[in-house]
Amino acid sequence: MKTIPGVTARASTDLPVLKPFDVAAHSPDSMMMTRWVAGLPWWSPAAILTISLIWPAIAYAQSSYSIGQATEALWRWMPFLLREGFLLNVLISIFAMLIGTLAGAALGLGQISINKWVRRFAWFATQLFRNSPWLVILFIVLLALPFEVRIFGTIMTFPDWWKAVIGLSLPVMANISEIVRGAVASVPTAQWEASESLAFSRRQTLWRIILPQCFKRMIPPWMNWYAILTMATPLCSLLGVQELITLSRQAMESENNHPELLMPFYGFALLMFFIYCYPIARATIALERRFSVKL
Amino acid sequence: MTWTPDQPIISIKDVHKSFGDLEVLKGVSLDVMKGEVICIIGPSGSGKSTLIRCINGLNDVQGGSITVEGIEVHDPDLDKLALRKKVGMVFQQYNLFPHKTALENVMMAPLLVLKRDKAQVEEEARALIKKVRLEGKENSYPGELSGGQQQRTAIARSLAMNPDVMLFDEVTAALDPETVKEVLVTIKDLAAEGMTCILVTHEMGFAKEIADHIYFTDRGVIVEHGPPSTFFERASDPRTREFLSQIL
Ligand SMILES: Nc1ncnc2c1ncn2[C@@H]1O[C@H](COP(=O)(O)OP(=O)(O)OP(=O)(O)O)[C@@H](O)[C@H]1O
Ligand SMILES: [Mg+2]
Repeated sequence: MKTIPGVTARASTDLPVLKPFDVAAHSPDSMMMTRWVAGLPWWSPAAILTISLIWPAIAYAQSSYSIGQATEALWRWMPFLLREGFLLNVLISIFAMLIGTLAGAALGLGQISINKWVRRFAWFATQLFRNSPWLVILFIVLLALPFEVRIFGTIMTFPDWWKAVIGLSLPVMANISEIVRGAVASVPTAQWEASESLAFSRRQTLWRIILPQCFKRMIPPWMNWYAILTMATPLCSLLGVQELITLSRQAMESENNHPELLMPFYGFALLMFFIYCYPIARATIALERRFSVKL
Repeated sequence: MTWTPDQPIISIKDVHKSFGDLEVLKGVSLDVMKGEVICIIGPSGSGKSTLIRCINGLNDVQGGSITVEGIEVHDPDLDKLALRKKVGMVFQQYNLFPHKTALENVMMAPLLVLKRDKAQVEEEARALIKKVRLEGKENSYPGELSGGQQQRTAIARSLAMNPDVMLFDEVTAALDPETVKEVLVTIKDLAAEGMTCILVTHEMGFAKEIADHIYFTDRGVIVEHGPPSTFFERASDPRTREFLSQIL
């Protein structure tokens, strides 16, 4: 880090110096969650595991159902929960991200279109899906989409988890749209003028000059949204999708619903999300640092 | 109407331009003949940049007319790209494309806009880079070049489109005194070859040396103009005299 006399180091003058207020350091930004996760120590998973296994022993000390039994139940269910449950969470997040990114890129370019109506529509769609509760969007999609669609005579069924993919991709789309708009706006207008004065068309300017310059800048916030999306996939359990949380609940039911199972099972779910998202968060912050040095 | 070289290559007549309520150009007229070099001088905020940005359609105007080779610039049906192929522009802040090397910066417009053959464009681009005395810097990125080198790359980039007119907007204002000269030499070479140039500049000595005609603008009007010999010796308007006394 660069040292600035009077700000990050001793001033070389004894005259009063007005120190700048570091706004960025004091205001929450859109990557707050990723920053927090990336800042957690490496032993956090072990801590989560220990707490979730020890907790029942403290909370239910009089119970006849022991930690050993709870741990053993979790151990038995673990492969199933991973294979059938968490894998689906990952799949949902990947597909929702894919769709959200493509649609969001299109919407973001729509927001900077020269056509007033395209611009307004893209802005409205972006604001609508960015500012609506995810769960509400999920329920609307679940109820609005038919169970099956008929395309050219063949019937395609729409399983619930695909509806969840569509539902989750909408808020992602809106946020990617904002990332694209913001990144394009971050390129100095002088770059537009320079290419205009060389007789580049608007399309050429955008694709050859502007987007290549801000592409890198979009990667960290894009990864940030992937982590947020992944952590939002348990919402799908409310739609009855057979993902990790739904299956954990069912597993506990078949283990006779001992309350001692709650912490180990949900703790395990938390652990899975953490282990999956932690490297993403670390990589996001590392990339952000790297890209912010070179413009 | 077809344009012939005995008519002004650029003709500006009674141009008015406002940004909202702020009237920046209040009826500016000037003519430039082919091969002429004119300098526009004047205090900050007097509308010099605005005026030359109107010539290639980067700014629109509210009244009056600007023609380049007989083409009305502010005709709503005009193909702006066709106009901009004739008019090159160099900016104060160079505005090179930072993700492209010097050579790529120079080659981009002929390749993408004129859709010319790559081998030929590259040969010409290398010649242009040589002409602005930047051999050996072909593969450097703008971030690796000094201000003066970047500005000369920007000049080569504009020349690669083979324009009929070059606009320079205070192209040395962001440079250190030592590097100013290398850019001015490049522009002088160009002028000597007969390129029509319109320069906005604060380098009075250079203007005196290079210009065929000098225009002094203040608060959106041309106060006074004339060839350098008479302009600098016999400026009559008190505003011009005050400006010159401050700057010389
Ligand atoms: N895009 C814009 N929007 C609003 N006002 C503008 C814009 N561009 C320029 N102006 C205003 O127009 C006036 C003339 O600006 P201009 O840049 O043409 O001056 P200039 O003669 O080039 O000055 P300088 O020597 O400082 O470059 C200034 O008052 C400026 O604030
Ligand atoms: Mg200016």
